[in-house]
Amino acid sequence: MSEDIILLAHGSGGTLMHRLIENNIVPLIKEGGNFEFDDAAELLVPNQRIALTTDSYVVKPPFFNGGNIGKLAVSGTVNDLAMKGAVPIALSLALIIEEGLKLSELEAILKSIAETAKEAGIRIVTGDTKVVEKGSADKIFINTSGVGYIPDGRNVSGSNARPGDVVILSGTIGDHGIAIMSEREGLGLTIPVESDATPLNHLVERIFESIPADAIHVLRDPTRGGLATTLNEIAQQSNVVIRIEEERVPVKDEVKGACEILGYDPLYLANEGKLVLIVKEEFADEALKVMKSTEKGKDAAIIGNVEEVESKPAVFVKTVLGTSRFLTMLSGEQFPRIC
Amino acid sequence: MVRLIDEFRDPELLRPLLQRISSYDDRNYSLMEVCGTHTVSISRFGIRSAVPENIKLLSGPGCPVCVTSQQDVDKAIELAKNSNIILATFGDMMKVPGTKSSLAKEKAKGANVVVCYSTREALDIAEEHPEKEVVFYGVGFETTAPTVAFSILEAKKRKIKNYSVFSTHKLVPPALRALLDSGEVRIDGFILPGHVSVIIGLKAYEFLSEEYGVPGVVSGFEPLDILITIEMLLKQIRSKKAKIENQYKRTVTYDGNIYAQKALEEVFKIDDAEWRGIGLIPKSGLAINEEFEDFDASKKFDVKVPYSIEPPNCSCGEVLRGVKSPFECKLFGKGCTPEHPVGPCMVSSEGACAAYYRFERYTRVVD
Ligand code: SF4
Repeated sequence: MSEDIILLAHGSGGTLMHRLIENNIVPLIKEGGNFEFDDAAELLVPNQRIALTTDSYVVKPPFFNGGNIGKLAVSGTVNDLAMKGAVPIALSLALIIEEGLKLSELEAILKSIAETAKEAGIRIVTGDTKVVEKGSADKIFINTSGVGYIPDGRNVSGSNARPGDVVILSGTIGDHGIAIMSEREGLGLTIPVESDATPLNHLVERIFESIPADAIHVLRDPTRGGLATTLNEIAQQSNVVIRIEEERVPVKDEVKGACEILGYDPLYLANEGKLVLIVKEEFADEALKVMKSTEKGKDAAIIGNVEEVESKPAVFVKTVLGTSRFLTMLSGEQFPRIC
Repeated sequence: MVRLIDEFRDPELLRPLLQRISSYDDRNYSLMEVCGTHTVSISRFGIRSAVPENIKLLSGPGCPVCVTSQQDVDKAIELAKNSNIILATFGDMMKVPGTKSSLAKEKAKGANVVVCYSTREALDIAEEHPEKEVVFYGVGFETTAPTVAFSILEAKKRKIKNYSVFSTHKLVPPALRALLDSGEVRIDGFILPGHVSVIIGLKAYEFLSEEYGVPGVVSGFEPLDILITIEMLLKQIRSKKAKIENQYKRTVTYDGNIYAQKALEEVFKIDDAEWRGIGLIPKSGLAINEEFEDFDASKKFDVKVPYSIEPPNCSCGEVLRGVKSPFECKLFGKGCTPEHPVGPCMVSSEGACAAYYRFERYTRVVD
């Protein structure tokens, strides 16, 4: 029996496409949402500031330990909203499918899109599907845009870090990066590492519930480029110096092990379910406590603090030897060592 | 094994060791590391600035991408230009500047260059594209050469006829000999590579102590490993007794990995090789032997490059010989950065220039 696959004709706009959308796509993602078939969705938005974000996902491979591109697309966009202090409202979903994709794979991706959206409490309200010739895409590309509202009193931005603030990380770093790498390279790690892809909006809400909104200065998810890159971006935007201690940054043993084998630096590995919180010092302990009480923040730790800029914005890391060095942004891509 | 890592970074263990190392203040000691991963560890953990100044840690020809000769780089680029060829290689080779172009530039222009994480991937590509020739650009020391040898054996077994290897593999021990023979830099002891030694074993270095009276210690990569190695070397140097010791006992043995050595012997023959910065070193390279000729890209394709010129003003050659520290290159951090690398030592993540730039650009920044 040959397996059902996506054909170019599925993208032609004709009956095949309608059937694909009506039978395979919509039923899977409309769980909990009221998906309409009009050209645009109508949204009821509270009379508050609106946050809008968009992101495209081209992860290779689309399936990895701990998730797939669908989970990533929803989590990523929800997190982009949450990092602005926004409460997510609705999501659009555009699929670019390479001809030849197995229908079963598409369905698995859609299922996790629906599950993740449900978990985050966001509705998928509009979408688009295109099919491209073999070779024009890598199995599937996904674009998601998200809308949310920012409750009054919240003002989080990468440019709000102030000297004296404390830097909190919500959990272990490098999990997603290593999960993807080991999938790509067929590392066969003895202890497989799961991607941490997950929506963080509930964690963010818990933080806002527990400490004053104006104490929360920066929220950022250290995705591509890793923690090192994110901290550098914040230091530059806020014109401050950030100092962290390497020993305090939580890294899973299996991630450390994989990094040792591959010659990677966890500080530069991607994360899809972690956040950096920069908070006023007097509320740091409370924020940490609240984060640690949640599943997604149970490994949270204070990793450093913000200082006045000396000559120029920078990030320093204190090594285990007690020496300090600059922590620079990732330049290019990390490749496995060959030495 | 994984649990060990934390112990090797335990400040409680590191401090007393650093103190003992500081007691070697009677003279200058210069120790050379010859492995890209050591270069990175020493830079990343700030070991160079943690040990006293009279203990000089030099970087040698330990970065496989960096020691690849300009001519070989150009040849690979020529191969990539052939529209019938898919050139598969490790990521770090992409941006290495050739005389006129680089693999990354050729790829942008439409050449078929794929970054592979393993040779298995390249073999799979060959199987999926029977209409094309897949050439694996093999770069590396004894560490990566066995996997390439296995890929050739596998290709033969699976009857994959459109797979071949452009081998620029090199051997570490002959390079150490060449450095000592030249006498250009004083080397009191070698921090010997951990991964390479897993394959070739301790025995491969005995000539260092026996013929040259220079001690060597095979080292692991964690801060504690490297500091212990440094202390072991200092002890030997002070007592004027040179031997080859093993600090990395948890992975390296005296004989090495015989299975991998057999595969190397079966597929390759030892040949003279051209090293960037050092020149032609006798018996320092691995060429594919006659029996596996069909998998030898240099025989299968007639690649000729008219001339090769190393990047002007780039001191990679001196850096690779330990004559210059990256800081002493005029272009370091100015005309040459990881974003716009001039020489391979700034391209490869294992290159000394890249490591010094990333981690030590502002050295001795202490709280
Ligand atoms: S800094 Fe750049 S130009 Fe100078 S030696 Fe290193 S790679 Fe060559």
